[in-house]
Amino acid sequence: MGGAKGLDVKDLRRRADKIRMHVIEMTSEAGSGHPGGSLSSADLFAVLYFHVLRHDPKDPEWEGRDKFVLSKGHVAPVLYAALAESGYFPVDELLTLRKIGSRLQGHPVKGKPPGVEMSTGSLGQGLSMSCGLALAAKLDKKDTRVYCLLGDGELQSGQNWEAMMLASHYDLNNLTIFIDRNHLQIMGSTEKTMSIDPLAYKLRAFGLRVISIDGHDIKKIIKACEKARSSSSPTAIILNTVKGKGVSFMENNADFHGRSCKPDEKEKALKELTERMSSW
Amino acid sequence: MVKAAQRMYYGKALAKLAERKEIVVLDADLGGSTRTSDFAKVAPERFIQIGIAEQNMIGVASGLAAAGKTVFASTFAVFATGRCWEQIRQAVAYPKLNVKIVATHCGISVGGDGASHQALEDIAIMRALPNMIVISPADANEAYAATMAIADLKGPCYMRMGRADFPLITSEGVKFEIGKAAVLRNGNDVTLIGTGQMVMSCIEAAGILEQNGISAEVINVSTIKPLDSETILASVSKTKCVVTAEEHSIIGGLGSAVAECLSENRPTPQIRVGVKDSFGESGDPGELMKKYGLTTDDVIKAAENVIGKKGKK
Repeated sequence: MGGAKGLDVKDLRRRADKIRMHVIEMTSEAGSGHPGGSLSSADLFAVLYFHVLRHDPKDPEWEGRDKFVLSKGHVAPVLYAALAESGYFPVDELLTLRKIGSRLQGHPVKGKPPGVEMSTGSLGQGLSMSCGLALAAKLDKKDTRVYCLLGDGELQSGQNWEAMMLASHYDLNNLTIFIDRNHLQIMGSTEKTMSIDPLAYKLRAFGLRVISIDGHDIKKIIKACEKARSSSSPTAIILNTVKGKGVSFMENNADFHGRSCKPDEKEKALKELTERMSSW
Repeated sequence: MVKAAQRMYYGKALAKLAERKEIVVLDADLGGSTRTSDFAKVAPERFIQIGIAEQNMIGVASGLAAAGKTVFASTFAVFATGRCWEQIRQAVAYPKLNVKIVATHCGISVGGDGASHQALEDIAIMRALPNMIVISPADANEAYAATMAIADLKGPCYMRMGRADFPLITSEGVKFEIGKAAVLRNGNDVTLIGTGQMVMSCIEAAGILEQNGISAEVINVSTIKPLDSETILASVSKTKCVVTAEEHSIIGGLGSAVAECLSENRPTPQIRVGVKDSFGESGDPGELMKKYGLTTDDVIKAAENVIGKKGKK
């Protein structure tokens, strides 16, 4: 189980880069997908699946597990990469992403592959589902923790705010919300498309405890999760990130929101990530 | 004739089901009207108020169901199906989760509230969703039995009910089998297929038609999806013509479901009694039913007309 391990920050950094490499390879092989937002949240996935979550890849339906819901379902590649690296299914299967008959659908499907908790992809719904999971845990007096990752552009969808109102109303302190604040969505800047700021104020006004950190700082992510665990209210962790993080030409480039690397770009990206991985 | 509101019996059924600890009921601030308040009285800890936020209600239902709960989510049909249709598609139907969307205030007999609150399209939009079962009980007894039946079903389901008191045409303790239509009266000249309170109109119409020398068969289709094609085809193979009657738009509802079945299996003359592609309006329920062509007389006229189409090429 992931949570039982001691903390090895270097190991987690390498795992995050390994996950990034999978993302590049998978989306490149598929010829489509969403690598930009996958790379921006790779560090979070390494921390979650190799340190924070109580889970058992050999027993995906284990009753005592924590639950992770990927509300920004378009970054399915990073979820699949983290699940495969954790041992839920063979790493080789990653290259079947988006191909006919594959369990690795373009957007996540519950239980397919094992380890995917909810079906998402239509933005704005994962937080409501997470509230349902958290409420069920409270009803059953279980200590399950529920984690949900939202995109920043996704917050333009009103259902998120309905869900936050509910999370706060029912004191769902077993719920931790991550917001991948990379400032970019398909049409460009989130602030130019439909502004989200002042984000922390809005979240606080909805009754959430807010922690804002560098979303690529492994230690800070871990610390924020620890704070969330002891919070009496639901917690929102704003992960200030760089879209495309880890690959120079993809960083802060909205073009890579919804397109994969061409063969030459793929080679370049993998080379950069290999170097990055050995630098830790 | 004794009358009762389906929603009152839905409330009774939920209160009975409250003894089952896995059952959770969600409300979007209309529990007094939908009668989920009866559940709240006996199991307040498993009655979850969502507020006026139907999209969130469906998402929360999805999460609860994924964690092993049997979830009933109720509000008025316009909001239960229309406001959150895509949430139902993504969070309930696609992952095939154990959520029962039970809606009240279907059809034009909602009355005074007017078109904004009269669901006339709900069967059409819910029927189009893969994995979704669609149920429309004929009266309050059947609503009770259907509630019990869907509680035992593992998977998504939509059930529609009216607001007003409808005549009781089935008896207390009636059995409800999902996917099974019931032949209520045998006849040879025309098949009258009804759902919801229009089943009563079909029964009345059959009685009057008999006096005019026309023998009508009456079928209650209380499960619209999956449709009991076998029962319907067996009847039309005998009568050779059909009238469908529903308190719903003629587009996409029972009439369409029956037409799809017949055109592929046994092309048969059919007339659809229902709301003719329009919104409703405020008014007395009885007057509205008359104005929008949903009375026993409308079924009779349709039956006489459709009989005239038999055998024509």
